[in-house]
Amino acid sequence: MIRQLLPRNAIKPQHVKIVQLLLHLGCWWWLGRGYWLALNDRIGGEPVESLIHLYGDTALQLLLATLVVSPFVRYSRQSALMRLRRPLGLYSALFACAHLTIYIAYDLQFQWSTLLSEVVKRPYITVGFCAWLLVMALAVTSLPKLVRRLGRRWKQLHNCIYLIAILVCIHYWWSVKADIAEPALYCLILSVLLFFRGDKFLRYFGQLFSTIR
Amino acid sequence: MLIRSKQAGELTEAQVTDESVYRNRRQLLKQMGFVGLGGLLANPSQAGVWSWLGDDKPEASLPERAALSYQPASPISDPLTSESKVLSYNNFYEFGLDKADPQQNARNFRADPWRLQLSGLVEKPIELGFEDLFNFPLEERIYRLRCVEAWSMVIPWVGFPLSALLAKAGINSSAKYVAFETLYDPKQMPGQSSRMFGGGIRYPYVEGLRLDEAMHPLTILAVGVYGKALPPQNGAPIRLVVPWKYGFKSIKSIVGIRLQSSQPETTWNRAAADEYGFYANVNPQVDHPRWSQAQERRITKGGLGSDSRIATQLFNGYGAEVAGLYSGMDLRRYF
Repeated sequence: MIRQLLPRNAIKPQHVKIVQLLLHLGCWWWLGRGYWLALNDRIGGEPVESLIHLYGDTALQLLLATLVVSPFVRYSRQSALMRLRRPLGLYSALFACAHLTIYIAYDLQFQWSTLLSEVVKRPYITVGFCAWLLVMALAVTSLPKLVRRLGRRWKQLHNCIYLIAILVCIHYWWSVKADIAEPALYCLILSVLLFFRGDKFLRYFGQLFSTIR
Repeated sequence: MLIRSKQAGELTEAQVTDESVYRNRRQLLKQMGFVGLGGLLANPSQAGVWSWLGDDKPEASLPERAALSYQPASPISDPLTSESKVLSYNNFYEFGLDKADPQQNARNFRADPWRLQLSGLVEKPIELGFEDLFNFPLEERIYRLRCVEAWSMVIPWVGFPLSALLAKAGINSSAKYVAFETLYDPKQMPGQSSRMFGGGIRYPYVEGLRLDEAMHPLTILAVGVYGKALPPQNGAPIRLVVPWKYGFKSIKSIVGIRLQSSQPETTWNRAAADEYGFYANVNPQVDHPRWSQAQERRITKGGLGSDSRIATQLFNGYGAEVAGLYSGMDLRRYF
């Protein structure tokens, strides 16, 4: 339908600039709003938990949005939209950092030894922490200079996003007591997204396993 | 981003929109746009940037709770958790999975009329109606409540010892355990009618105690909190409170109490036997498989940064009173 409505590349880079601006404003507003509400005890009975969940949910949603970009660009033939992928990914990383920061600062109250033992002992935290480390690697290598310098290896590294998305879904799934509806929904969305790039995905995991071996 | 799925029985917009309104929608939208823009331009002082930061839920009034007369408790050293937090942060899956859900979804819950049946190995079975629940001499008990999810509160309950009720019925000598059951009413408890909404656990919720635990003076049936009748989200009209065990043992909205000779099934044990045992005594030494039980986040009042992280005590600090119940027992095995 979109293909009939929009001729190839009808969306110009200047239009995307506006979307980018809205994305910047929206993300920072959402980050600040959550923190402000939590500080003032207006985000549910237990602000620490609510805020950790809010930032974690947002990080996952932005991650999935990042994964939507390239199949959507291919389908709609609007290559300018590709410029949304980097900011979406970076804001996902920002919310992942906020999620972890609130956990360390307000839940663990800077007990670093507890953080260490939780990361080692609790599978869902281990998985989440690994995902965060990978996200940081991708965020750092998103600098345009590094993108050029890394060349082909940049692509290989950034294919990690599939692994990250899977880890994050596992992290979410394992962290809940019984209410698997929401994590199940995200897993479903992720499976659809991975299905769309089935061939690439299989090749990626083939490569991953052969490098491990 | 909020992904909202429609619940069964929830009306669609079409069902609540009058057809004439629908037919005039373009006209209406034009008017709204005009008024809306005018409003924005005309009144910048009232709708300041701060209102954008506010939560947009209207402050709907909550149902009134009846005041109770009771013997007040002397305060304990732990500061109380604020009433608003006790009433708005609840695990009660019958009313939804999110901690804020029960307060919202239990708004129209009717606890009156009620029927609580005490049966099984007793000399004479008892049936209590709503009014009867408040006919015991009520006393206030300020207890720590430690959730298996590693948070805790300090709550002033109003109630009476479970032993008072059991004594009324007369306990048969072959009784060894007490089984409890929550109301099963999917019409009033949306979690019971949908697997997704109710977290996939089996309903009605059931719990159990050993008879000596049930007879212990610390074990109470609460009918009130903060001086007034229990609100639905906290287990109206009557709930169990066992302060040395994880919160899920303190079953809410009880309709059945049964004395029996065998150990009763319990909901969370049935759902995940490796994670939740029958005893579920608070114990910092025995971790939940997915999180540490060594510490807890004490919820008192206020926003971000007001909770403290404290060490969890064996039997939630009631060891002096209850440790004797478990002498010689391997608490790691019987977790």
